[in-house]
Amino acid sequence: MDMSTVVATEKSHDPDQWQPGDAWLAGGTVLYSYGTSTLKRLLDISYADWPALTVTEDGLDIAATCTIAELYAFPRSDQAQVDRWPALSLFRQCCDSFVASFKIWNMSTVGGNIATSLPAGPMTSLTAALDGVATILVPGGGSRELPVAELVTGDAQNGLEPSELIRSIHLPATALSEQVTFRRLSLSNLGRSGVLLIGRRRNDGGIRLTITASTKRPVQLDLRPGAGAADLVSAIDEAVPAGLYHDDIHGLPEWRRDMTYLLAEQIRAELGEGPTS
Amino acid sequence: MTNQATTSAPTGAAPAFSGIEINGSRAAVEPQPGQCLRTYLREQGNFGVKKGCDGGDCGACTVHVDGKPVHSCLYPAHRAEGKAVTTVEGLADDGGLHPMQQQFLAAQGFQCGFCTAGFLMTASTFDDEQLENLPRNLKGNLCRCTGYRAIEDAVCGVQNVDAEGIGNQRAGDNVGAPAGLGVVTGKVRYTLDVDPKSLPGLLHMKLVRSTHAHARVRSIDTTEALAVPGVCAVFTHEDAPEQRFSSAQHDHYADDPDDTRVLDDVVRHVGQRVAAVVADSVRAAEEGVRRVKVDYEILASVIDPEEAMLPQAPQIHGEKDADVSRIARPQDNVLAELHSAVGDVEEGFAQAAAVYENTFHTQRVQHASLETHASIASFDDDGRLVVRSSTQVPFLARRALCRIFGLEPDRIRVLCERVGGGFGGKQEILTEDVVTMAALALKVPVQLEFTREEQFTSATTRHPFRIKVKAGADADGKLTALQLDVLSNTGAYGNHGIGVMFHGCGESIAVYNCPNKKVDARAVFTNTVPAGAFRGYGLSQMVFAIESTMDELASRLGIEPMELRRRNIIADGDRMISTGPEPEKDVHFGSYGLDQCIDLVDDALARGRKREVEFGFVLGPEWLLGEGTALSMIDTVPPRGHISHARTRLAEGGRYELLVGTAEFGNGTTTVHAQLAATALNTSAPLITVRQSDTDLVEHDTGAFGSTGVTVAGKASLQAAEELATQLTKFAAVVTGTEGAECVLDGDGVDCDGTRISLAELYEHAKQTGTELLGRGYWGGTPRSVAFNVQGFRVAVNEQTGELQILQSVQAADAGVVMNPLQCRGQIEGGIAQALGATLYEDVVIDDAGVVQTNILRQYHLPTFADVPRSEVYFAKTNDKLGPLGAKSMSESPFNPVAPAMANAIRNATGVRFTDLPLARDKIYLGIRAYQSGKN
Repeated sequence: MDMSTVVATEKSHDPDQWQPGDAWLAGGTVLYSYGTSTLKRLLDISYADWPALTVTEDGLDIAATCTIAELYAFPRSDQAQVDRWPALSLFRQCCDSFVASFKIWNMSTVGGNIATSLPAGPMTSLTAALDGVATILVPGGGSRELPVAELVTGDAQNGLEPSELIRSIHLPATALSEQVTFRRLSLSNLGRSGVLLIGRRRNDGGIRLTITASTKRPVQLDLRPGAGAADLVSAIDEAVPAGLYHDDIHGLPEWRRDMTYLLAEQIRAELGEGPTS
Repeated sequence: MTNQATTSAPTGAAPAFSGIEINGSRAAVEPQPGQCLRTYLREQGNFGVKKGCDGGDCGACTVHVDGKPVHSCLYPAHRAEGKAVTTVEGLADDGGLHPMQQQFLAAQGFQCGFCTAGFLMTASTFDDEQLENLPRNLKGNLCRCTGYRAIEDAVCGVQNVDAEGIGNQRAGDNVGAPAGLGVVTGKVRYTLDVDPKSLPGLLHMKLVRSTHAHARVRSIDTTEALAVPGVCAVFTHEDAPEQRFSSAQHDHYADDPDDTRVLDDVVRHVGQRVAAVVADSVRAAEEGVRRVKVDYEILASVIDPEEAMLPQAPQIHGEKDADVSRIARPQDNVLAELHSAVGDVEEGFAQAAAVYENTFHTQRVQHASLETHASIASFDDDGRLVVRSSTQVPFLARRALCRIFGLEPDRIRVLCERVGGGFGGKQEILTEDVVTMAALALKVPVQLEFTREEQFTSATTRHPFRIKVKAGADADGKLTALQLDVLSNTGAYGNHGIGVMFHGCGESIAVYNCPNKKVDARAVFTNTVPAGAFRGYGLSQMVFAIESTMDELASRLGIEPMELRRRNIIADGDRMISTGPEPEKDVHFGSYGLDQCIDLVDDALARGRKREVEFGFVLGPEWLLGEGTALSMIDTVPPRGHISHARTRLAEGGRYELLVGTAEFGNGTTTVHAQLAATALNTSAPLITVRQSDTDLVEHDTGAFGSTGVTVAGKASLQAAEELATQLTKFAAVVTGTEGAECVLDGDGVDCDGTRISLAELYEHAKQTGTELLGRGYWGGTPRSVAFNVQGFRVAVNEQTGELQILQSVQAADAGVVMNPLQCRGQIEGGIAQALGATLYEDVVIDDAGVVQTNILRQYHLPTFADVPRSEVYFAKTNDKLGPLGAKSMSESPFNPVAPAMANAIRNATGVRFTDLPLARDKIYLGIRAYQSGKN
């Protein structure tokens, strides 16, 4: 929708340009969706021309401005890469977890989804689950780094100052090369995620479980190699206090809680039975 | 600063705007800062780009930017600079039709058509892989009318309209909608698709809305708002007429209470209008709204309808006189009440072998028509007020405006062209009054368009009902007593509250024979967004409770639910008794097909079970299987008068023109009117031009509600066409000098015993001789008949997660003689889909402070392509004595039996009786969990 309070749009990704009343404009699919009664200026970062996806020895760098469509197309382009990094299978599963359709993906960005910080943000799920670390541009010309799992701190809450800007997300090669599995439930077919769990079988045989959508912020927990169902239950009990389960129209907290345990156990059973390396 | 090398800092002198290419032409106007591409494209005249939600959820605004489909409401307009944009107007490159447009026409993949451009612009980009997965790839496009089957047909290239050479394009044939070509090309005009150049001086209105559930407006400071450049005026209660009225529209205005003012000095719900800002742009009007300062004296409020009936409850309309306002007990928050007893229920319960008692709740549901409420008030060359509105009731809107503003009917014209969905929501004046006030004061055109958020917070909803049922049956399953205690929450105003309560307690009860029936019903005010007319008009709520109850009785007596119903339903000729000792005087069995409908659904479900056995079942043991059914009855016309006038005339070139008052909002009545006239005139529907929904066309029309488009307006059209046919044959005999011979209309001419004269010639003769060839039709809406619907579901419920799969959906309908099978099927499929939304997801949630929480479509899940199963649709074979050519109504009623059929199927699968809607997966899961832990 039109944002009638906005008086200027600037092409900028410089935190020093930010002033009160400004908002960073990435894909625009959140700002233009909700509208505003306060914003005066949009700082459009889409003109930064950051390369969307960069493969390095250490892993994958995803620019904040990488669109969901680009991310969805990525693993297809290089079979060797897909074989080397089995966790790339999560990319499509997480893209398909958007309640928004493929058309929105032509505009929405990875950084924008994380910065919006909704519990059901599938880019938060994806990058948190793969131990993604965000590089954040800060005023004064520097930058800082923060794991995505810590960056998102609650429902639409995060550790970014308004002047700060996500530059990119780094996914380490170790995480990408591990075996993963994915579970998701929604109140409607292809709807907003009510619970989204991703499990990763570590090289030591343990499991790293990332809980999103059912909780207000991402929760990560580690299971030792050979952990049983009871171990999992106590690990979730400890990691997720009752008040952390999200409560909104997309799922009652009690349901989200029970589904978290149910899907987590499915993940434990699946990954726990895999071959030890 | 280290970062500067990579940063393009804002500079003082921006480069000149290079333009945006739209459908091959360059638009040189620079977008406003913060403007989205959707409004920009419309400003450039591309009215095919529609606003459904303005938040990226509905896809009606889909366009291509450099070939990629995007939602233009989210697309920053400034980013389109230098890019090529394609809208539906430019989809076909040669001025013809794109294959996808042809397919949507051939399949009739639309009803109101407001979503169609978005679907076309999406589906036209699909590759083969995307075509393989339509649920995924069409989930970003919402259609509220069709239930998506027709859209799937369109995308897949299925032909649904009769191919050339099949049928005669008359009643009973699969005729396409006359507006079809305009719909698929984006050229058909909805309310706001008007070139502003035709409305010189057009101003835009935005409304200041209450932030309190109940408050008195002490003062309004408009100074700062008036200082905003572009703001022309701010209207408050001091400018509003004293005359109270109801936003609800019925043929008798006294059917609804006079409890509403255009702008009031008391606000009774969050979101109520407080002031109206008028400016030369929407942008300026919005800024003006932000600067209006309202000083409120906050009053005690009540949100819960049970609490509203307590003695100390805040009085919402307590200052009003009961007789003047037509509110039953204003000091008690009771809008209306009904207490009736037929027989003696206590005696009935004493005779019962099984008694079932429970309390059911139905929720607020929003119509969510894709076109929001909107209107434009302007003046014609004679200075007459012209209100162009998204309305189901142009004639009633005119009458209401006359009453409020003291205007003579000949000084005001109300019209709509095509309406983008209604479902009852537009049987209401929610924009017309306030733009009229401004236009009359300012003497210039004024436009008001609701946002999607305003639809949720400040329009109307279905009435939430609390229904206590107690029912008894003897060992043979015969009902011995039925007792109902009904509480309807009408919200802050009484619009439709009375009618919905009475209608709800009508056919839902009358469909069953039972010697003892007792009903106590109340409609009460609360400080919440008003409820209004909604598809089913009270029946969907009551049918949910009663059909759930029948299912429970059946289970207690060990009788199949359908068998129990067979033993209790009214048969042809039975007295239909609901809340009075005598049946409604003017309701008759014009035809009766309920028994057929039950058999059709029973047989279809049996075939479904058999298929499952034959093909094997692949779901795991955590999936519980169940089957459920429900039935409903509806009077084919609302009570207390429903009037239509129609005229048919021969026009230049030998075409026919049919003038009707009723509106087209996707219900398909225009098609049926053309078919009815074509049948009477022995021609084909495309030769009939239908003009409609304009107070200038005919004397009066009560409007397009109560499923009357065919049964009342259609009857008038048929009569008008029959009269014209008689005139034409007589006149042809005179012209051809064959008086006394047998003259027969034969499509585009008249055959007089071998001497043929074309209609074009006949028109010329009539013109020369000053002969009037004009058929007039009228129907007063009485006597009325009854129509029936029966729904069946087979479902699988995952007891571990609450997930629900619909394995089979079946509906049988008794629509009399079906005038247009493809359209009627579409009405039923659309009704099922909308009802599935109300059954499984949709809920307008209001918090303790009276604030609507679900104010965007992402918080209010409308069924998408992925949610709606394909339904089997069957028609009973009946021929109605009262309807036109044997037809009955079939618009609202397919909605009504869906929720209880689903609840009964889930009960059958899980053992859990769900009494509250909606039945979302989380609630299903928690219900099963509680039930199973209770068993253990």
